[in-house]
Amino acid sequence: MADNAHAAEGTGLVFHPMDQFKVQPLFGGTDVSWYTPTNAMLWLALTVLAVFLVMVVGTRGRAVIPSRGQSIGELAYGFVYKMIEDVTGKDAIVYFPYIMTLFMFILMNNFLGLIPASFANTAQIAVTAILAFAVFFAVTIIGFVKHGTHFLGLFWVTSAPLAIRPVLAVIEVISYFVRPVSHSIRLAGNITAGHAVIKVFAAFAGLVALSPLAILGITAMYGLEMLVAFIQAYVFTILTCVYLKDALHPSH
Amino acid sequence: MATESHGAEAVAAGHAAAESAGMPQLAVETFGNQIFWLLVALVATYLILSRVALPRIAAVLAERQGTITNDIAAAEELKLKAKEAEAAYEQALADARTQANEIVEATRADIKADLDAALEKADAEIAAKAAESEKAIAEIRANAAESAAEVAKDTAKELIAALGGEVDGRSVTAAVNARMKG
Repeated sequence: MADNAHAAEGTGLVFHPMDQFKVQPLFGGTDVSWYTPTNAMLWLALTVLAVFLVMVVGTRGRAVIPSRGQSIGELAYGFVYKMIEDVTGKDAIVYFPYIMTLFMFILMNNFLGLIPASFANTAQIAVTAILAFAVFFAVTIIGFVKHGTHFLGLFWVTSAPLAIRPVLAVIEVISYFVRPVSHSIRLAGNITAGHAVIKVFAAFAGLVALSPLAILGITAMYGLEMLVAFIQAYVFTILTCVYLKDALHPSH
Repeated sequence: MATESHGAEAVAAGHAAAESAGMPQLAVETFGNQIFWLLVALVATYLILSRVALPRIAAVLAERQGTITNDIAAAEELKLKAKEAEAAYEQALADARTQANEIVEATRADIKADLDAALEKADAEIAAKAAESEKAIAEIRANAAESAAEVAKDTAKELIAALGGEVDGRSVTAAVNARMKG
């Protein structure tokens, strides 16, 4: 494998599409302990900054007739608020700040990750797994706290014939525990794939004959990735709302 | 022993190679760092949103909703006022029309009364005049008949005299009267 890479380097074609996902210390060295300032930390901080700029600095005017910046903040607010209302119900509005945090964080991180030479935290399975499991545990705990053992009714499909209910229960339980896995891998996988494809196109751009095609490919993929960046944030948030709905209203 | 250690080395090398050439996302040794900073970032985002951004936007949206509601209420009120004004105008118009009709009726009645009185008076005058005239005509007729009888008598007397007859006044008068009647 390493030999192949070296051979490719010799011919001028260098494929390192996954190098962009490496976590590296910012100030040299190779040792990454839990507190080391890394590129991951830098882009997380920039994500927080971006959220701050859009949601706080943008809305500083508090105008009844909003400025452009304020409109963006209000749009994000209304978008998530309406999503919770529509998908989960009015009683889930108390969880609005948490869901908004998830949405804004993932959205801003996805878009910042599209900046060339940046680091996409949402392409890291460690990051998305924490987000997804946080949702999973929160939803499970809320379900048991609100409904006690009735929450288990989620797995007992009373609308189905009694004979097949045990089978359905097994399927429901499996699907319930697969949720955080699919929830996290969907986000990380989408972002990783898009970034890797762009990087592969970029490698081809080094060849004179292929560079126009490669640059066209990069442009097209970049446009698509802008879409994916939003859609994946949206999907993650709406799935959170759906899971939360199961916890608040476990009956089918 | 030797082969065992060799195998372990190979496995370790293969693992490292897979990590470097495969997915850096699976490099477990960076997980602690990533998760720590992720939690810091999430808490920071949550605090920014829940403490500052969301209450502010909620307040702005509520204020806007209030403004819109007020404006709609004010517009509704103005509309009501306009409707009232229109009703008042319509009322005034209807009143004026009724009044005008009344005046027209009164005037027409007055004129009719005047006309009737004048006609009555004229009729009376005409009747009086007609009676007077009739009387005069009757008088004239009577006079004419008398005159004619006189003339006839005189003429008859003269004729008789001229013819050498004796004039008998009484018989002449009788004859003339008989003729006049016939």
